Amino acid sequence: MSRSSALPRWAEWGLLPLINLGVALALAGGVVAVLGESPWVAVKLLVAGAFGSQEGIGYTLYYATNFIFTGLAVAVAYQAGLFNIGVEGQAYVGGLGVGLVALEWGEAHPLLVLPLAMLAGALGGAAWAWLPAWLQARRGSHIVITTIMFNFLASALVTYLLVNVLIKPGQQSPETREFGPGAMMPAMHEVLGAGGIAFAASPWNIAFGLALMAAVAVWVLIWRTRWGYAWRVAGENPTAAIYAGIAPARVIIGSMVISGALAGGLGLNELLGSQHRILIDFPGGAGFVGIAVALMGRNHPAGIVAAAVLFGGLYQGGAQLSFDLPRINRDMVVVIQGLVILICGALGDIFHAPLLAMLHFWGRARRSATG
Amino acid sequence: METYTLIILLLAATLRVATPLLLAALGGMFSERAGVIDLGLEGKLLGAAFASAAVSAVTGSAWLGLGAGILTAVGLALIIGFACITHRGNQVVAGMAITLMVGGLGPTLGLAWFNLGGQTPQLDGAGQRFTALVWPWAQTAREHPWPGLLYAELLSGQNLLVYVAALLVPVSGWILAQTRFGLRLRAVGENPHAVETAGISVTWLRYRALMISGVLCGVAGTYLATAASAGFVRDMTAGKGYLALAALIFGQWRPWPTLGACLLFAFTDALATRCQGVALPLVGVMPVQFILALPYALTVVLLAGLAGKTLAPRALGIPYAKDK
Repeated sequence: MSRSSALPRWAEWGLLPLINLGVALALAGGVVAVLGESPWVAVKLLVAGAFGSQEGIGYTLYYATNFIFTGLAVAVAYQAGLFNIGVEGQAYVGGLGVGLVALEWGEAHPLLVLPLAMLAGALGGAAWAWLPAWLQARRGSHIVITTIMFNFLASALVTYLLVNVLIKPGQQSPETREFGPGAMMPAMHEVLGAGGIAFAASPWNIAFGLALMAAVAVWVLIWRTRWGYAWRVAGENPTAAIYAGIAPARVIIGSMVISGALAGGLGLNELLGSQHRILIDFPGGAGFVGIAVALMGRNHPAGIVAAAVLFGGLYQGGAQLSFDLPRINRDMVVVIQGLVILICGALGDIFHAPLLAMLHFWGRARRSATG
Repeated sequence: METYTLIILLLAATLRVATPLLLAALGGMFSERAGVIDLGLEGKLLGAAFASAAVSAVTGSAWLGLGAGILTAVGLALIIGFACITHRGNQVVAGMAITLMVGGLGPTLGLAWFNLGGQTPQLDGAGQRFTALVWPWAQTAREHPWPGLLYAELLSGQNLLVYVAALLVPVSGWILAQTRFGLRLRAVGENPHAVETAGISVTWLRYRALMISGVLCGVAGTYLATAASAGFVRDMTAGKGYLALAALIFGQWRPWPTLGACLLFAFTDALATRCQGVALPLVGVMPVQFILALPYALTVVLLAGLAGKTLAPRALGIPYAKDK
């Protein structure tokens, strides 16, 4: 990213992503208009659905929890110069680990089960990221292709296990039995209620807090440790990294394993916090939302949390939208997601120069007005 | 005799499965030999599948469907070009973005236009689909299994687009190896600065390469929706674009080895499909998920087997900046 002149930080980190999101939403609004609905009505319903009630806010933050985990996973790999498209599969296998612990020890005390489930989720996700990373590091297989293939393989693996092994006996749909009481993430409205604050019921649970803690941990890891420093150097300039004595293989494997472990966090929110059983395709595309969230959040934990809440709102508002406007379904959110990735990720610099020129012009105008 | 018939049928199924893979892989070859990573193959296939099925359903003409499929895929290729060539954006990210966007857009438009939960209507009218071309005397030839059955099942009775795909292998090879355009296209993927120095526009060459990829993906997507099946359903490409990309890498960005890789993937798929529900010696009945996962697992194994010995175009994935 060589730039002749830099924008002020507030514009670079705040204004530019918002402009990008605005353009993506405007294009999506065009699609809504083509479908014969009013974009204004759609936006109003969307915002009201996502942020207009306590229940809506609860759902928004519940979705956002998934996206914080997957967004952080994408960002850690991206900082090391790797594009991890396999977060979806890593979240799937990591979630499988979470679910297996919950099924096996669900009757035990939560303080025992929940840390164990966290560990299993991280291990599952990390394992599913380790093999593509190892293949990239040692065999030169392109990590983008292998992680895509591992998404398909994860889907086949979990489907097989659910249909043939884990299915609750005497049941048609491939789902496990419900987890025991020890393997439930406490819901946020219960926690708040215990503290005397009334909040509407929703699947929002304390995994949200874990996701925020993960965001802080990623910040420390990337910007305050030797590992993170090595990864960032390798991500910015692989050749310089080698001359600095940083082994590329260790960067690839280390960053991917952490990335996969973060992806495994999704199972804590989705399975322990909401579904309370393992079911088909529980990540539901959150791994791909993570790409959009990471790019919009500029691969920084603070940006990722903000972008995840925005996307959580899009998901919750989008669900509301499909109730009220039958011609629009939740796939519309996937369209917006694709547009955000295109504009923030591939066209990231398109508004950079115009914005810079505009700020210069304003700055000069203000100076001449006061002086 | 039994085995012979089985093999012929298996090979015929291989050709049918290989066709969309091959068309997409050849399209990706033009794009990647010009230096642009074509991760948007999957999205272009899906977009073309939706457009061709929708137009064919409305107009009743598979040919108009083909036109719509090609236009859509070329349009998507131009968006990728705008991001990656004009604005020097990340090619992998752009391809991924297009794929995701199309994955949402198809069902969205399908729901609004046809109200069938995101699908397009079943194509069952005359002329709405590309169907098998039966060659002369194919029925008579069946009475003499050798070589009659080979003629009747393998050479004859394939879809028009299967023949088109097969023909495109030597044609692409000739374009890349013999024509002025092909030589320049390969040069721009190896050393774009030298091409620019010779007074040839890198930008225009790369745009043309992406448009060729769009046309071929358009044909491939149309094949999926109007020949291999009878309409568009959500996520119907199921990773075929990525498999095509893997076949292209395994084929080392050359037409004939790429054909070989596509046939290998397709044969695995056809064989696995045939083994579905059949008890095999030693392993017993293979679970269906294993069969579905086989091409993806094969891709991983094959790419690992290459072990970095790739002959990738040297400028692949590097955005070209004129002023350097």
